[in-house]
Amino acid sequence: MRLIPTEEQRELGASVRAFLAETAPMARVRAVAESDEAYDARVWERMAGELGLAGLAIPEAHGGSGAGHGEVAAVMEELGAALTPSPFLASAVLAANVLLAAEQAGDEEAAKDLLPGIAAGTTVATFAVPVKGDPVTRARESDGAYTLTGTVRRVLNGAEADVILVASVLTDEVAEEGLGPLAVFAVDASAAGVARTPLTTLDLTRPQARVELADAPARLVTTSGDALARTLDLSAVALAAGQLGGLRRCLDTIVEYAKLRVQFGRFVGSFQGVKHRLADMHCTLEQAESVVRYAVWAADESPDELPVAAALAQSYLGRAFFQVAKDHLLLHGGIGFTWEHDAHLYYKRAKGDELLLGPPRDHRARLAERLDLIV
Amino acid sequence: MTDLDEYGRRARAWLEANASDLSPEPDLRTARAFMAKLYDAGYSGITWPAEYGGQGLSAAEERAFQQASRGFTLPIGVFGIGFGMCGPTLVSIGTEEQKRRYVRPLLRGEEIWCQMFSEPGAGSDVASLQTRAVRDGDAWVVNGQKVWTSVAKQADFGLLIARTDVDVPKHRGITMFIVDMHDPGVTVRPLRDMSGESHFNEIFLDDVRIPADRVVGEVNGGWSAAVTTLLHERVSIGMGATRTERPASFGPLAAAARERGTLGDPAVRDQLVELYIRERALDLFNARLAQELKAGIQPGARGSVSKLLLADLMLHGADVATEILGPDSAAHGEGDRQDDLIARTLAMAPGMALGGGTNEIMRNIIGDRVLGLPREPQVDRTVPFRDLKVGTQAKEAGA
Repeated sequence: MRLIPTEEQRELGASVRAFLAETAPMARVRAVAESDEAYDARVWERMAGELGLAGLAIPEAHGGSGAGHGEVAAVMEELGAALTPSPFLASAVLAANVLLAAEQAGDEEAAKDLLPGIAAGTTVATFAVPVKGDPVTRARESDGAYTLTGTVRRVLNGAEADVILVASVLTDEVAEEGLGPLAVFAVDASAAGVARTPLTTLDLTRPQARVELADAPARLVTTSGDALARTLDLSAVALAAGQLGGLRRCLDTIVEYAKLRVQFGRFVGSFQGVKHRLADMHCTLEQAESVVRYAVWAADESPDELPVAAALAQSYLGRAFFQVAKDHLLLHGGIGFTWEHDAHLYYKRAKGDELLLGPPRDHRARLAERLDLIV
Repeated sequence: MTDLDEYGRRARAWLEANASDLSPEPDLRTARAFMAKLYDAGYSGITWPAEYGGQGLSAAEERAFQQASRGFTLPIGVFGIGFGMCGPTLVSIGTEEQKRRYVRPLLRGEEIWCQMFSEPGAGSDVASLQTRAVRDGDAWVVNGQKVWTSVAKQADFGLLIARTDVDVPKHRGITMFIVDMHDPGVTVRPLRDMSGESHFNEIFLDDVRIPADRVVGEVNGGWSAAVTTLLHERVSIGMGATRTERPASFGPLAAAARERGTLGDPAVRDQLVELYIRERALDLFNARLAQELKAGIQPGARGSVSKLLLADLMLHGADVATEILGPDSAAHGEGDRQDDLIARTLAMAPGMALGGGTNEIMRNIIGDRVLGLPREPQVDRTVPFRDLKVGTQAKEAGA
């Protein structure tokens, strides 16, 4: 078990940090967030081209650089810390993971066709992560061709993506209660029968859209339940790394402020009421980092441990990031409640992240199941 | 095979021959005999200087021995304070004569050591201690009371800090001494703690005469000597103490819930999940600290994070355990081993949050030394000790 990043991963993180500081400082993040743009296309182009991030985890055979989940985590941490609006998570992580898991399960065609574009950054893809309780779309087959019908309530970067991967249930396999095994399909977002409505998101840096499908032409990616399960676990791990980056940035920011802000003739960080909360937040950071490193290691090296590690990572990080983001906002005092201060951006990102793959109770239920506590 | 592998292999072979069937808490004679054998085989004081009786080897050999001793139960608890705190203090700041006199018998288990710092009036603020040492000819005469002293009943010697000057601020009037625990005037009384057992002692010092050559470090330089000792507190004595499974932890509690048929209750399930999350998060943090240490990254004050989290976890685990086991854990018959263990765990749990620095002190340390936050204004730095308010004050009339 490896719980400290490699030298290469640290270097990758440092170069992404330097790049984001230069191209996407907070003023730019705010400008993009408040505009109609979902992300800065110039920055994404350079991330994909110069830095090669769009194809980071995609094998060289498909035009990527074949790095591991540890490298993806290093990038996610920096993007999470900087709040950079970017299709990296949707395209290079979520969608790429689905296609790679499908390929591993023997369904190679969609991977072969779609991954090179994703790796180059010229195709932006996304994956509508199925969330418990949401309606599920139906797939119908006719002469070997599929169409999808139904509503996907929230899709990350759904309005901008060129390709949307959707988990759908095959109509002829629907069981009585209306559910059945899920298969993953790829939908061309510009096809007839695809209607996309941007949603009002709490987190302005992560746009989502509702996608309505009415007999929309779709391509079958995989019917492998294992591929889908692995994808969901890998998504949980990558998101957790982004949450860790945000959590750390929140703590760094408020610690610095507590060393500068004076009230009652003293630096506020010298008051135990403040200091002890910051100490507790640091304890949360130390554990969060350890949990993420473990889950990332499991993703790269130990597939048997991944299901528990991934559920643990989301169960811990969702709560931890929001708790720290909330306390960091509160400890700023009144200034933290203003629009001009950045604290609310982290607070909203933390809440958005906590719910992105389903609420914490879903992850805890998954953990309970994997710990064999369900009787 | 490297020399180090060979060292570890030989250590393992020695342990297999000499430590295969030892109880963790044997009688004192057996424990001492084991230490003597360990010393004579060259495995006690591996990194300690050779001129005073250690082996003079590096941390690599120490680690190799630790690895080799994994899985063995070594009867070393009673020597822990000496190895972990008193010995290293003597080695770093003791006089040449003190090192020659005390280190070797300590390493060989011939002499057991204890540490006398805390007082009833000086807990978190040890530097406000009131035990007095007054110079009388070629000796010091000591009067006062110490508390929370482990292994004092068995100890032959102890490190004591006492006040030697009341006219200077509190940190500057303290001196460290070596006390012969068999001397007249030293009374050791077991302290019955809230678990009903005695894990610590109180010590009464009445006109105890200490020869002047038993001062450790400088006269009135005892605070920096004590800091040296406390720095060593967290350095493990490095001989694989076995980790037994805690009764109020996820594994046994999940099994108990399954057995009692309460796993189907979603509230019980979620409590177990929460306990699992906290345990794993702390275990993984400890494992990461260990990996960092191996990679040359010093943990520094981050050890306090581990201590604070463990204290919280033990209180939480004991609490959850009683909820899962229900009323049986508060009222059980004689043969109910698990309920008995949980009741004892609940009664022991506050100890971790108080001993070795309370949770509040840990948070101060994390805030000051890990996060670098500004310190609190200190009112006791410049006031002469005689004018300082210390201990527990009497309630003022009318207050």
